[in-house]
Amino acid sequence: MAYPTKYRYTKQHEWADVNGNVATIGITDYAQHELGDVVFAELPKVGAKVESGKSFGTVESVKAVSEIYSPVSGEVTEVNGELQNTPEKINTDPHGAAWLVKIKLANPAELNGLMDAAAYEAFIAEADKGKEASA
Amino acid sequence: MNRKIKKASRHTSQNEGLIFEKSSPGKRAFELPPLDVPTVDAAKALGSSHRREGVEGFPEVSEIEVLRHFTRLSTWNFAIDLGMYPLGSCTMKYNPRVNEFVARLDGIATEHPLQPQELSQGCLKILRLLEKCLLEITGMDAITLQPAAGAQGELTGLLLIRAYLEKQGNARKKVLIPDSAHGTNPATAVIAGYQVENIKSESHGQIDVEKLRELVTEEVAALMITNPSTLGIFEERIPEIAEILHAKGALLYMDGANMNALAGVARPGDLGVDVMHLNLHKTFSTPHGGGGPGAGPVAMKKILEPFRPVPILVEKEGGRLVLEPVRPNSIGKVKAFSGNFGVLVRALAYILAYGPGIRQATEDAVLNANYIRKHLEGVYELPYSLPSMHEVVFSDAIQKKNGVNTMDIAKRLIDYGFHPYTTAFPLIVPGALMIEPTESESKEECDLFIDAMRSIAEEAAATPEIVKTAPHTTRVRRLDEVGAARNPILRWDPSRPEKTSAEKKHDVADAKHREPTPVTPTA
Amino acid sequence: MRYLPKSPTEREEMLAAIGAKSIDDLFSSIPGRYRLREALKLPGPFSEAEVIQYFKERATENSFGYTSFLGAGVYNHLRSVVTDAIIQRGEFLTSYTPYQAEISQGTLQAIFEFQTLMCQLTGQQVANASMWDGSTATTEAVLMAERITGRARVLVARSLHPEYREVLKTYAKNSGLRVEEIPYAVDGTLDQRALQSAIKDDVATVVVQSPNFFGAIEPVAVLADVVHASGGLLAVSITEGVSLGLVRPPVEADIVAMEGQSFGLAPSYGGPFVGVLASRDKFVRQMPGRLAGQTIDTEGRRGFVLTLATREQHIRREKATSNICTNQALCALAATVHLTLLGKEGLREMAHQNFSKAQFALAELTKIPGVKRRFAAPFFNEFTIELPRSARIVNHELLKEKIVGPLPLGPSYPELTKNALVCVTETTTRAEIEKLAAAVRRGLDQPLP
Repeated sequence: MAYPTKYRYTKQHEWADVNGNVATIGITDYAQHELGDVVFAELPKVGAKVESGKSFGTVESVKAVSEIYSPVSGEVTEVNGELQNTPEKINTDPHGAAWLVKIKLANPAELNGLMDAAAYEAFIAEADKGKEASA
Repeated sequence: MNRKIKKASRHTSQNEGLIFEKSSPGKRAFELPPLDVPTVDAAKALGSSHRREGVEGFPEVSEIEVLRHFTRLSTWNFAIDLGMYPLGSCTMKYNPRVNEFVARLDGIATEHPLQPQELSQGCLKILRLLEKCLLEITGMDAITLQPAAGAQGELTGLLLIRAYLEKQGNARKKVLIPDSAHGTNPATAVIAGYQVENIKSESHGQIDVEKLRELVTEEVAALMITNPSTLGIFEERIPEIAEILHAKGALLYMDGANMNALAGVARPGDLGVDVMHLNLHKTFSTPHGGGGPGAGPVAMKKILEPFRPVPILVEKEGGRLVLEPVRPNSIGKVKAFSGNFGVLVRALAYILAYGPGIRQATEDAVLNANYIRKHLEGVYELPYSLPSMHEVVFSDAIQKKNGVNTMDIAKRLIDYGFHPYTTAFPLIVPGALMIEPTESESKEECDLFIDAMRSIAEEAAATPEIVKTAPHTTRVRRLDEVGAARNPILRWDPSRPEKTSAEKKHDVADAKHREPTPVTPTA
Repeated sequence: MRYLPKSPTEREEMLAAIGAKSIDDLFSSIPGRYRLREALKLPGPFSEAEVIQYFKERATENSFGYTSFLGAGVYNHLRSVVTDAIIQRGEFLTSYTPYQAEISQGTLQAIFEFQTLMCQLTGQQVANASMWDGSTATTEAVLMAERITGRARVLVARSLHPEYREVLKTYAKNSGLRVEEIPYAVDGTLDQRALQSAIKDDVATVVVQSPNFFGAIEPVAVLADVVHASGGLLAVSITEGVSLGLVRPPVEADIVAMEGQSFGLAPSYGGPFVGVLASRDKFVRQMPGRLAGQTIDTEGRRGFVLTLATREQHIRREKATSNICTNQALCALAATVHLTLLGKEGLREMAHQNFSKAQFALAELTKIPGVKRRFAAPFFNEFTIELPRSARIVNHELLKEKIVGPLPLGPSYPELTKNALVCVTETTTRAEIEKLAAAVRRGLDQPLP
């Protein structure tokens, strides 16, 4: 799956799609692949404050739970209600329909610290190589 | 090559629905003797507290239906009585039947924990003797038999440590836990009010002693160690580890899950351990029963004795035993009454059967594990070269090249008549195969296990599909765990349609006598 | 040794195959100075007959042959021999936790049936595969309420079993919970005025036992309204499960913690028993312990698996809902078999017999001059009587007649020293009740020592 060039990415495998002052957040294709079939997502409520680098929820498969770390600080303005009934969207469309939350940015300068698509793809290629070496 | 592995083959077993689906009003399975006092109008006496109808949905079936129901269900299970469970760190050994017999004796099973102590001397003697035996085996000074399971033993141990440190003036904040530890360790530390600090193992899965030296500060209350480690390797530097901790006023907790490698051969108390728990349902043969009950006694050094959970068993003049319910420094109770007494009885029966010869069981356990290791080295990747004790951990690295992982191999092992080994644990070995045969396996069974594992390795190389889609010979095929978690159905609900569309489709297929193509390993 | 399937020759063959000269070689990783040179000093080895002999001797040193009127969390009920015939089957007794579902369908379906029965009994929507006992189940209910509400204050009825309160205290100390006790009212139920003045929007849960330690049945629906108005959860603890055959289940409770020992488990000097934790569907992800769920296999057959395991310690580790791993599975199976044998009508009849016999016992005892019913609230099979003198002294006399008398309440409730908790079940005969009354009468007539 391609990594949209418009998005920004974190080392914990989240993506941020910024429009104006609002960032839409999700987890990447790499992350969903690591998790396996997603069964549940625990997301914050609208109005919750999130901090860059801190966990605001989890995504669960049958065998594992992954924390979701916010790429940015701000306030949650929208939560993707569809994931309640169809968490599997996170596997099939992690960069689109399976967005998790929308955040009103408190500090847009934080975006400078995130990777672009090319840097992220290089990052996960390294990670995969590291895995093969230790296997 | 496919040796004649005749251990397992297909077997006809009965289908059986839920007991609620067999229910029909008016059927009875149990009758009571007639009421010998005047009957009371409960509705009048209880008023709004009265349950007018019986329990809705409760089954109404006959005795034979109950017996058949559960008998049929039982035939769907694997069990130690049928064959080997090579589950690492579970110690699935033979559950002696005499243990069941004595636990059920009138005068043992019938006793009420709150009855007068002068009428409980038999029970108290059993507890006292078990305490003494376990102290002898562990080399410790004091013990509590109260915790209901290993996890509760871990909690008790950490609470003892906390109480001790508090008395010294500072309960401290952190507990160090190796990344190879069983999940109950960190979960327990949190409940005990400590922060967990993970300590990465070094390349052989042992505690990194130099890293430990750095991490042990006066904020650390304890290190939780499993010995032998969850890789089945003895922590040779454990006395040094104990010293590092003690020098900073911290304590050493040992998870005793792997005592089957040590009983009668070495004593944790001699190694510098301050407090440890035992799993009676592992090392001491009490039955797993599908998940419990167990018992997790905690043995400790003298410094922790004052903090033991109440009640405390005390020997008075003339050999009279009493349970004293109050101790000023006790951490309190961790469970009502005095622990899982019936489990304690079984463990004592096991110890009495062996006596001083208990070392032989440990030796046979270590012998079996090493025999299996020798014959599977090279067939499966051994991620380290240190000697194994009672269990051995391989990885699926060789088989992974063909897309076959440890879970697949485990499922295929079922077709050969074995329960799977422990998959994907410990976490520090990716794709782990954790194998613990225990002393209860004969050479014959070990040889069959080795042959099965070799055969599966060959299949993984030549015909991987058969391994990836295993098991093939069980009543049910691989079950949809994802669906179960996405849409949890956790009880029978008469309002839900009897069968899903997928189930109905299966019924049609079943009716046409279409069974999955069996591919059995027998000759 | 009969549990070891090896001949000396086989041991030698295996050592040779490994390339070891002796078994000691295989322990070389243990530094020599820690390897024991002598055998441990343990009693035995005992043959099977000697093992049995040892325990038979201990059995004669206990209370068998006495009639007991003790309840207080552990109850004597009829148990069918069919239950043992099932749980002694090797496929149940010696099987492992059903992580490998394909070869554990027997255990898993039985757990699913257990979960269902517990929901039916308690009026809740989801129940787990068991906890260690009623006391730890009650504690886990409190911890669960803390997780759900995010609040740290807990109100506990003083009429909750004293040992359950002690266990809760041990756990609460380290989890930042503040536990306060609410007294009982004159009629034996929870003091509602005290509850009203104590409860605020910082209370995670209010814990009541029903029937409570004194035997009194609590007005659960009324209490639930009070608790819910403050945004807290109502947790109801039940020590005598047979009561649910006759007493309205606590459907308004948010969490129910029950001791299942009454369902086919011997008293066995305090364990192993079986804890039940039941709650609403919406709280399931905060529930500790294992859960068996229904699903289908690759060919559409119905089957069962352990599910929602991400709550548990082996996956979630330090963030788990509990540290519980081993539970009381075989005891839960025994309860399941027992309850399916009793069935709807059997449980109702058993409960009714308990109730009737307890009423009869109350009547007989209160005929004795000076013996009074202490609490006016309705009760099931346990009730509190007040005596004109210390209950312990009366019990001392009863022992001479091979009767284990009702539990003196003084040790746990200093204000109730002359009171005792009487328990009567379907196993208590009319003759035994009459004998108790006569013995109490005689005991009260004795001059003071």
